[in-house]
This record gives sequence, C-alpha cells and structure tokens, in this order.
Amino acid sequence: MKGNEAIAHAAIRYGADGYFGYPITPQSEVLETLEALMPWETTGMTVLQAESEVASINMVYGGAATGKAVMTSSSSPGVSLMQEGISYLAASELPALIVNVMRGGPGLGTIHPSQSDYFQATKGGGHGDYHLIVLAPSTVQEMADFVGLGFDLAFKYRTPAMIMADGIVGQMMEKVVLPPQRKRRTDAEIAEQCPWAVTGRTGGRPRNVVTSLELDSAVMEKNNERFQRTYREIEKNEVRYETKYTEDADYLIVAFGSIARICLKAIEDARKQGIKVGLIRPITLWPFPYDAIREAARNVKGILCVEINAGQMIEDVRLAVSDAVPVKHFGRMGGIVPNPQEVLDALEKDFINPTKA
Amino acid sequence: MAKIQGAVVIEKERCKGCDLCVVACPCNVLALQPKEVNDRGYHFAYPANETACIGCAACAMVCPDACIEVYKVIER
Amino acid sequence: MTREEIIKEENKVYARPALLRDDVMHYCPGCSHGVVHKLVAEVIDELGLAEDAIGIAPVGCAVFAYNYIECDWIEAAHGRAPALATAASRLNPSKVVFTYQGDGDLAAIGTAETIHACTRGENIVIILINNGIYGMTGGQMSPTTLEGAKTATTPYGRRHDLNGFPLKVADVVSLLDGTCYVTRQSVHTPAAVRKAKKALTKAFLNAKAKKGTSFVEIVSTCSSGWKMTPEQANKWMEENMHKHYPLGDIKDVDAKTN
Repeated sequence: MKGNEAIAHAAIRYGADGYFGYPITPQSEVLETLEALMPWETTGMTVLQAESEVASINMVYGGAATGKAVMTSSSSPGVSLMQEGISYLAASELPALIVNVMRGGPGLGTIHPSQSDYFQATKGGGHGDYHLIVLAPSTVQEMADFVGLGFDLAFKYRTPAMIMADGIVGQMMEKVVLPPQRKRRTDAEIAEQCPWAVTGRTGGRPRNVVTSLELDSAVMEKNNERFQRTYREIEKNEVRYETKYTEDADYLIVAFGSIARICLKAIEDARKQGIKVGLIRPITLWPFPYDAIREAARNVKGILCVEINAGQMIEDVRLAVSDAVPVKHFGRMGGIVPNPQEVLDALEKDFINPTKA
Repeated sequence: MAKIQGAVVIEKERCKGCDLCVVACPCNVLALQPKEVNDRGYHFAYPANETACIGCAACAMVCPDACIEVYKVIER
Repeated sequence: MTREEIIKEENKVYARPALLRDDVMHYCPGCSHGVVHKLVAEVIDELGLAEDAIGIAPVGCAVFAYNYIECDWIEAAHGRAPALATAASRLNPSKVVFTYQGDGDLAAIGTAETIHACTRGENIVIILINNGIYGMTGGQMSPTTLEGAKTATTPYGRRHDLNGFPLKVADVVSLLDGTCYVTRQSVHTPAAVRKAKKALTKAFLNAKAKKGTSFVEIVSTCSSGWKMTPEQANKWMEENMHKHYPLGDIKDVDAKTN
C-alpha cells in the first residue's frame, strides 16, 4: 500500500482516538483512507475533516487536552498554518502526533516531494523555545511503524511528535506489515495514565486546567526549565539512526528519509568502483544523532549531506563534526529528486576528484 | 398583612464600587461609601438605608463581583 | 426584626454561586463578564454538570475565565475555542463542552472556527460576550463595534466606508442548519439577568441532549473601553447596542416544530 495509507491503517490499529485533517496534496490519502475505513464503526476512533489546517491542529489540541491519542496530517503549506497550534501543544505539554508529507516550497510551491521543512520541524517552527520529536521514515513500513512509535514517545514525554515524511514515501507503494489491532484506552485508563487530562471533574476530583498562559515571569521561567529538562531527557534516550557500510568508509553520506534510499544505491555503485562510501541515516531528526556522526566521521576524508532541499540538515552535521572533516551539501529543490548518478557525481566533484570539475 | 424584610451582606473587599447595585436597588437601600475605601481603594457599596430592604436580590443579580448575599423574611 | 434576626442561613435567598472560585476577578468595575461568569457557574451547578462540564477559555479579557469557574478548562489560542470544543466534545460525548468568547475572539480571528462548528452542529454551547471592543488590548475596534463608535483604532468613530459594517454574528449563525438555539441577551438589569440565565440553561440542556450547537450572545458593556461609568455604559448599551443587536431568541428549533 501507499505510505499515506499505511499511516491511516497504523493509526486505527494503534488505537488512536481521533484524527483531524484537511485535504492537501500529497497527503490527502491519509484522510481519504480513514474515511473509507470508517473506524468509528469498529474501534470508535473519531475522524473529522476540518475547515482548515488551523482548525485541525486546534482540534488536535482540544482532543489531546482530554488525554486522548489524537493526530493530524498535512503537507508543507498546511503544516506552516499549524505552527501556532503546535507551539501551544508543546507549551501545554500535550502528547499528539503530526504528520508532514513534505512538498516543495516556499509558498504554495509545488506538489512534488521535498525535504525543505527540516528547519521548521527541528528548530522550532512556531514561536517560543520548544522542540518536537521528529521521526523521518524512509520506507512505507516505517510510515506504519512510526505512528505507534510517535504516539508512544509523545505520551512518554508529554510532548508533540512529528512524522516528517515526504511526497515520495507518502505516495510510494510497498509491502508493509501492519501492527496488530490494539484496543483504544478506556476513559478510566486515560484518567489513570493522564491525571492532568481535562475530562470534567469526574468523581469530584480537583479540577484540571490545560493552559500555556502564565503571566508571572518567574513561574514561566520555571515552566521553560521543565520543558528543557524534558528535551534533555529525550536527547539522552531517544536518538535513533541507521548506519550502512560505515566501518571501512573513506567518505560518509548523511541523508534522511526517502533520499537515503537513493544514496544507498549510489553508495553501492561507488563501492563497485572501489570507492568506500558509508551512510548514516538519522531516523530522529530531533534529537539529532550528533554523537553517532562525530564518531563515524573520525576516519573519513569528507562528508556529503544529501537532502532534497538547499542544505538544511547540513548545519547539524557541521555542528556534529566541527571543522574536523570537510562537509559538503548536495541537493535538488523545487520538487526534483536527485538520482543515484547525481549523488555519485557530487561525491566525485566535492571529494574524490575535485580538480575535474 | 405580610411584611417583607430583607438584608444584604456585602463582602466589602470584593466590591469594586461599580455602583450597579445601587442603581438596581428599587428601594434605595444601597450607596457607595462616600469616604471610606477597601484595601483595593474602592468606595465599596453598603446598605445605607437598611430597613428599606425587601430582599429582592436585584442588587446581587447585577453585581459583577458576586459580593452580595441577600436574606429575606416574610412576617405574617 | 433586627438585622441579626434576618441574616440567618434559612433566610438566605441569594448567595455567591458554589462553583465560583474565591479569586477576586480581574475585570474592571462593572464589567459584564462577572455577571455572566456567575450565571454560567449557577447553571452548571443547578443542572448537576459540575463533573461533566469542560470550558474552553478564549484570548481576550476572559482569558482567565478558568480562574473563576470551578470546572475543567482548556485555554485556547485566539479564536480557536470552537475547534478545541469540537474535538473535546466528539471525543468525550458524555461531557458538556462550552466555549466562552469575546467578539474579537469569536467574530474576527475565529470566524471560520465559529461558523464551521455551528454548521457541523457540534453539540456544544458557544457563549459570546459582545461588548463591541477589544477590551484586553486597550479598546480597539472589533467586528461588532457600532458605526460612529470611537475606539483606539477608530478615533473619529467607526465609518462603514473605511471599516465596514458591524457584524451581526448571531444572525449569521442562526442561518446555519447546525444551530438549534441562537439567542441574544443582556445582563444589565435583574430582569435581563433572569432571562440570560434561562437562555444559558436551555443552551446547556441542548448540549447535553445533543440537539446541535447553541449560541448565546450576551450584549455587554465595557465601561473602561467605552470610557464611561458602568451606569452610563448600561444606558449607552440600551440606547445604541440593543438597537443594532436586539435582544431575544433568534432561533429555537424546539419552538418551531409542532
């Protein structure tokens, strides 16, 4: 099935309570699949087509505040509209899952694939000091798997998580093993698991108020310190990445999401020519695998960051290795996806045979 | 003939002296303290003409700060 | 009888609502918000909804509504309360969800969320405090500011050729099939307070009975923003606001069917 469809199936099987979304290419199949599957008849999951992305994310905010497992999905321009709500979710310490099936920008841009929302997803996006847990799937299988992982991490740390996919992995069809169907949590389970949830003062318990407002600066600073402690915990525990052919590599490619697969083909082609190239694929873009890249870079002559954008993740890679190793960028923009030969050419031009160019 | 007697208790520290209770009272019971102020500096309302109160609660209903309690006795 | 003889628990006919919290409200003297807060607290209590009510607070003067009414609350972003309420209500169908919003929040930045929650017929109560001004930010023109009214951003009075016409948002939502009850009330006199309470009671009962969206507009004063005493503000409201925003039920599906 398509990556977007896998997201929908995985959400139902996870036992998600609600999905709120708005159509935008190239991710509309998430909402379409959910509406076709009618999970309200089976698991009781709520699915609603909202009037805008602004409304979708605020529905997610309202649902998340009641302790429910809720999500939305969109593509780049829509995710821009959601940034205010995402900031509120982070500030109110609410778990939620947001899927961005990226397309080329800026502006209305193109409907074709891109990875140009890396800065937006990993460096904030909305206002204020906050982070999202950002998962970057490169296969349809990971599209399905990261729904559960995203929700689990969001609830573990009470912070929103994002699946940052792109138009390729959203539209691509692959075989996928879906997770088993889980039951949605009961209201009693939610009350126990989320004592902060706004559910009405059931049983006369002290009331719960979910708010991001705090006019006392001293308290607001304490709130921020608490958020930062959570982020440090996440950085400590949740860095995820994959390495291929790094043991003997002379050169390293760092790439995430769908382009990592294209890079792997380029690496295999290079190795046939005797050029030893390895791959690091960050799976969590935040927290970013700084240590792993620093470690892998120890014995290489150069690092090529391949992204479907003008060079965004490269800033984090440079932070990881400082000036120890030259780091170059290769990418295409505007919805154009580089092919393996272009990646190889870039590697040759930048590192292997720089004089030739 | 039945005689209605009322009384109001005004929590003076909540009162902001908005005067709306004074205006609402049909029996001219209430007034704002002409000189005295509460801790927040407001000339708070008080029952200046206590015996005229009929306990109708008009004052309490329009009070935005919920600082008025009303009592009423019907003597037969 | 002496005062002491009258002031006894058994003679009490009006008390501070049980669900109104102890905090002194931050509103200016004479602000209508306080009266409406009292009514909401009374209605929730009297309908036995203390354990079922979920309030959605707005951005604006009532941003701290959650400090005053004893129930669970979510604080929304500016204008988004109906979107939050939609999800909270759909995901928790046994609860009664209400929004509490000003005219800037509901009828300007949140117009889309308002209209669409109403047209979907969400089983929620939307309470609009319409005082025709942005009170919290210092008295700027709002969508419901009357023509001619002077505000911080219409210092010479609102002109429709420059600023458009005042928005009758209750009339707009009354046209939508999802609303079951749309009413316009005020709280400037004891009689008006009684009617407003009746309207709020009906609205909360509608939400509980899943009849659709109930929209209760309270035409209100902002004496600070209008630069009047509370008494003058009430008078000005009666003479001007009530002409443009006449009080009474605009739509009631229960009354229509027979």
